[in-house]
Amino acid sequence: MIVVRLKPLAEICPMVAHHHRVLVVGCNTCAAVSLAGGEKEVETLVAALSLASSAKHETAQFEGDVVQRQCEPEFLEDLDASGYDAILSMGCGAGVAFIAENCQLPVYPALDTMFIGVSKGFGSWQAECSACGSCVLGETAGICPITRCAKGIMNGPCGGVQDGVCELGDRDCAWVLIHDRLAAQGRDKACSIGDPKDNAAKTLCPEWDMNKGHGESR
Amino acid sequence: MSLREALEAGRFAVTSEVGPPKGIDVSAMMASAELLRGRVDALNVTDNQAAVMRLSTIAACVHLKQAGFEPVLQVTGRDRNRLAIQSDLLGAASLGITTVLALTGDHVVVGDHREAKAVFDLESVQILKVIADLNAGHDMTGHDLIGTPEFYPGAVVTPGSVPLEPQIAKFEKKIAAGARYFQTQAVFDIEAFAHFMSGARESGAKVLAGVVVLRSARMAHFMNKNIPGIAVPDGIIATLERSENPQQTGIEIAARFIDECKEVCDGVHIMAVGAEHLVPQILDAAGLTEVIA
Ligand code: SF4
Ligand code: SF4
Repeated sequence: MIVVRLKPLAEICPMVAHHHRVLVVGCNTCAAVSLAGGEKEVETLVAALSLASSAKHETAQFEGDVVQRQCEPEFLEDLDASGYDAILSMGCGAGVAFIAENCQLPVYPALDTMFIGVSKGFGSWQAECSACGSCVLGETAGICPITRCAKGIMNGPCGGVQDGVCELGDRDCAWVLIHDRLAAQGRDKACSIGDPKDNAAKTLCPEWDMNKGHGESR
Repeated sequence: MSLREALEAGRFAVTSEVGPPKGIDVSAMMASAELLRGRVDALNVTDNQAAVMRLSTIAACVHLKQAGFEPVLQVTGRDRNRLAIQSDLLGAASLGITTVLALTGDHVVVGDHREAKAVFDLESVQILKVIADLNAGHDMTGHDLIGTPEFYPGAVVTPGSVPLEPQIAKFEKKIAAGARYFQTQAVFDIEAFAHFMSGARESGAKVLAGVVVLRSARMAHFMNKNIPGIAVPDGIIATLERSENPQQTGIEIAARFIDECKEVCDGVHIMAVGAEHLVPQILDAAGLTEVIA
């Protein structure tokens, strides 16, 4: 899933302060599961923005709506923005962009899109993938070096690792994890040199059309 | 005699390091190099060390070379992608700078431009492979070079890394990628280091033990706490604590360690961290009194 989190109110308010009627749009898929853009969060943000606006004697009005998925055309058809002069999206970046592409109004992001990740327990998520376009997880025991190593390097660990913790101090060293899991599975890949990453795979893939196939879209 | 010649001839080698200034006045850097003249085989020149922006490494290497020192060009993957790394390496070789040390580099967020884009297109192992490519007369994608450089590539290893196994695996990768010599993170425990060396010997790579001159027990505690892979043994800390002249004690500890290294490895890399003026005394006390030409 795409993991998102709410921007601070102090960042959201100025984006929309000059508008009169703002539609706050939630997204019932990843953003809802991220506990940041579902029905409840839309309601809470509408209330908070209305309160902030009236406290400052501003006239902006906020109302809420939720679509099933902001990133698919058929769900956006359900969205009725008539009478509004701006949209505040509580979807991931793709949702914000897709609404902006499909309606004439200014669209603002209420969330920051963090990563593609998994749920680690209630309210906690772990980044697992950076959508690099050429997956190497087969060689790295299913632990993504691009995402989970702070430097995204292909041959680790770097000299910064201390007691299995990354030099940034905020995560386990991905390369120690990779090494340990490969060893536990009896795979000797830990000793072979990882090639430099193919960065073109991502650069040359702004769109993907399965009807055209790999050759065409890469 | 170059660092390469010394190591290949089996003479115990000494390297140290200098840091380029933040700015264009290189006089302090040159002054600390001057304190080491005749006592070291080569001087590492750091590359935006600790992700703090400084004068270019290659420019600093040229200053040192013009003054008669052998610079060791440190190359990290943090600030340059694969084009820039190769192009800078060729530039360095064209200026006669061929002793190089490949590093991954500290992350930008620990430095003074924490919002910069961290590159890490290549890391230490891949930089070593690139150097091998250039030495073979082609770039990393196989295109021929006009004029082939002759780099002497080295790398670093942390014998005290915890856990050690991934570090050893990486050490082996570096050797496979072409590292001919290693400078280690600071080591203090000669027995543990000798144990590491018994494994490392088989590889044929030359190893220079990292030496940090401890000047107080506080410095030792600080390093234990903050520098990955450094473990100053309790015994040394206690000796420093008891000492009435901790700096002198630190000099003696470093000198004894260097002396012991002669039996164990191929040289030492002294990280003086501001105490360059003490290095000649330490080398004298370690019995390394000959002037290096
Ligand atoms: S290697 Fe690429 S595709 Fe695979 S998990 Fe990592 S970022 Fe995602
Ligand atoms: S300590 Fe590990 S996770 Fe952190 S940057 Fe180095 S190799 Fe990557």
